[in-house]
Amino acid sequence: MKSFVFPEFQIIRDEEKCGQCRGCERQCAFGTHTYDPVADRLISDNYKCVGCQRCVIFCPKDAIEVRPTPSFYRPNASWSREKLEDLKKQAETGGVILTGSGNDKPFRIYWDHIVLNASQVTNPSIDPLREPMELRTFLGAKPDLMDVSVKDGDVQIKTQLSPNLMVQTPILFSAMSYGAISYNAFRALATAACKSGTYFNTGEGGLPHEMRAEFGRCAIVQVASGRFGIDAEYLNCAQAVEIKVGQGAKPGIGGHLPGEKVSAAVAKTRMIPLGTDAISPAPHHDIYSIEDLAMLISALKEATNYEKPISVKIAAVHNFAAIASGIVRAGADIIAIDGLRGGTGTAPKVIRDNVGIPIELAISSLDRRLRNEGIRNKCSIIAAGGIRCSSDVIKAIALGADAVYIGSAALIAMGCTLCQKCFSNKCNWGICTQDPRLSGRLNVDIASQRLSNLLSAWSHEIAEMLGGMGINALESLRGNRDHLRGVGLYEWELDVLGIKGAGE
Amino acid sequence: MESDITMPRIRRELYNKEICACSIFGAMNRDGERFNGEGVMLAIANMHVRGNGLGGGFAAYGIYPHYKDYYAFHLMFTGRSHQDKVSAKKELDGFLSSNFDVVFDEEVPHRDESTVSDPPLVWRYFVHPRKEGDDAMLNDEDYVVSKIMWINTRIENAHVFSSGKNMGCFKGVGYPEDIGEYFMLDELYKAYTWTVHGRFPTNTQAWWGGAHPFSLLDTTVVHNGEISSYGTNRWYLEMYGYACTLQTDTEVIAYAADLLMRRQHLPIEVVAKIFAPPIWNSIDRMNESEKKLLTTLRMVYAPLLMNGPFAIIIGQTNRMIGLTDRIRLRPLTAATRGDMFYLSSEEASIRLISPKLDRVWTPNGGEPVIGELNSIRKVLQ
Repeated sequence: MKSFVFPEFQIIRDEEKCGQCRGCERQCAFGTHTYDPVADRLISDNYKCVGCQRCVIFCPKDAIEVRPTPSFYRPNASWSREKLEDLKKQAETGGVILTGSGNDKPFRIYWDHIVLNASQVTNPSIDPLREPMELRTFLGAKPDLMDVSVKDGDVQIKTQLSPNLMVQTPILFSAMSYGAISYNAFRALATAACKSGTYFNTGEGGLPHEMRAEFGRCAIVQVASGRFGIDAEYLNCAQAVEIKVGQGAKPGIGGHLPGEKVSAAVAKTRMIPLGTDAISPAPHHDIYSIEDLAMLISALKEATNYEKPISVKIAAVHNFAAIASGIVRAGADIIAIDGLRGGTGTAPKVIRDNVGIPIELAISSLDRRLRNEGIRNKCSIIAAGGIRCSSDVIKAIALGADAVYIGSAALIAMGCTLCQKCFSNKCNWGICTQDPRLSGRLNVDIASQRLSNLLSAWSHEIAEMLGGMGINALESLRGNRDHLRGVGLYEWELDVLGIKGAGE
Repeated sequence: MESDITMPRIRRELYNKEICACSIFGAMNRDGERFNGEGVMLAIANMHVRGNGLGGGFAAYGIYPHYKDYYAFHLMFTGRSHQDKVSAKKELDGFLSSNFDVVFDEEVPHRDESTVSDPPLVWRYFVHPRKEGDDAMLNDEDYVVSKIMWINTRIENAHVFSSGKNMGCFKGVGYPEDIGEYFMLDELYKAYTWTVHGRFPTNTQAWWGGAHPFSLLDTTVVHNGEISSYGTNRWYLEMYGYACTLQTDTEVIAYAADLLMRRQHLPIEVVAKIFAPPIWNSIDRMNESEKKLLTTLRMVYAPLLMNGPFAIIIGQTNRMIGLTDRIRLRPLTAATRGDMFYLSSEEASIRLISPKLDRVWTPNGGEPVIGELNSIRKVLQ
């Protein structure tokens, strides 16, 4: 059937510059560029281009430009090009439209409507280059009070503390499974986390055996509805266990790793047959209610000898704050909430673009809810989904998060351009693919260096902003909405965020 | 079918925080000998330029020996008109008589001719808790605190600003020496510990409740500085039932001290390490047991770290404590002479009333200086 959808991108090749090296042809796994030996020139098929810019960046002659196609349908406010084309694709295939990465729709990004405070006169701002500036954070349950005994001025702690994770900077790598991303990308995340004093999350695809001894100390392992790759060693080699209930990119639905991506190594790690689809059901089939979750939390604590904090990750949806409160009471030490703009390897487009609520509002309402119930200290909050820069991190913390997870941001640091074709197994950047020819493009040392650099850069920027506010420990900013003001927000939005308007 | 349920909007957390620079002074006779307020008024007047006449106050320990077994509530009734103040008092009287046995009450005596402006009606009550129903489970102090929080949040124009036994706070809008004059502290009261505060708020909206000291039961705080962690401290304290209603960041220090010392029984040395902990680089170099203690303290009590510049004097029945923030952004000088123990923003003020001193020193940032009564029994008997 002839497709009635025209190409998304237009490839412009400067024939003067092109040296027919065929680099672009090799770089593009989608087969966009082909060499015509007769004419001795390269031909590009706009229809195949996904706009990942790999060929543009790797062309030694800087001869290629990829830009959105100038062709357009008759402008129509209701029938945008995207709506029209999605409909055509469905008419042609009869299927669900798949996509990758996070929600790209113009929902209000609250980070960009919140401004930070700074000290003037009455409170000296602190120069982080000269004074200590502390970002160290502990994630996990804290007791209501500490019982101590004092003997001859020597103070002994009598309270038994729950296990906590210590991070040197409040930024952790979000759950991205081996299988969804390549081995090299997975290893780069692990390497950078260990180097930078933070944690990576294995996602639901298990942790390869050879990585456990070296990287277990900075791993959070996930237990998801598919239960892939879980054994006692997996749980115990890590520093924390996360039960994944939901994901911001696709709340309410499960996951599907296509058989093409299930290579021998992936199959072994996930403990499934080679080449079979790895399907994570929408719910955990042993969790149909909060008491079932409480039992799984207990079981995991039992399995890890009460030495690891248990995190529960949920998507931010309408009534999530009440649910999260129940999760804390069910024994979770950490709540990870994933917002509307959270990324994914694959999700139905309709779900990704329409389900869930923005993370900024979610952080604030969860923090408030737990405070009102007097249980805020019983758990830590890790916020995920749409963190793009250090100021997003600091605003998340001032709204009440203890730390953030970054997923898309980490992938972008490694080279991702958010082309949204993660499900195709053809990632030209070697990140989201199991094709050895492609994944080999990602050098673990370079990629992990880029990730460490990112954490270092953001940490420095956070220290600068903190110092400007006259605060020298991040814990004094947590939930401190006094340092935030809203610009261009409605009253109800300020109410939910719990912040004043600028100038108020 | 029409629904008559309307969902109320969550109220935005529109609290106001006033910020100020200040002078602080404290004098304590560690033998429990009581002395009048003349000296401390002179000392704080010597730091006149550190304030701007928009707030001054005193805490005095040992002033009510005849009523030492009763909680001494100092109430402030504010409002535009005399009628507002009287009606707030009427409401308060009703609440007090149904929750406490009031053994004596009177208007706090004052000089009419003094220089303060727009004074509220200030009244004192000596009360004994009358616990009934569910409240019978509470100990006296928790009961008193819960009732104070109720009054401060529910009764408009009424504020309890002093509530300990055998002690009292006096405060208002004006220079501290004027406030002392107004309440006749140089004539009517003798205390073994006095702490004083002169205020320089950057916010001109002056109200009497916003002056220092801030107090809860017998704990009083005078503070020079700005707590930049206020929002964080506040939510943590709210979880434990402390309502921050007085629009000033200093309030959180008083409540935090009450939570940690009275309710959780932590010694002051530990509390100082919670308010102004050592930096992680130092903790990491400590021996194992110290490291464990301080790491745990910072972990558990992170929301009570007092960030931003401060010097504070905390008063309690049996001690007076001086503390600065951990990078010492506000001045504090300590001195002793015989049984006298002094704390002050400036040494000159101490020298003014005690030219000869046995020892004068500048405490390090985050390091508490503590003066304790030689014998607590002397003041309790």
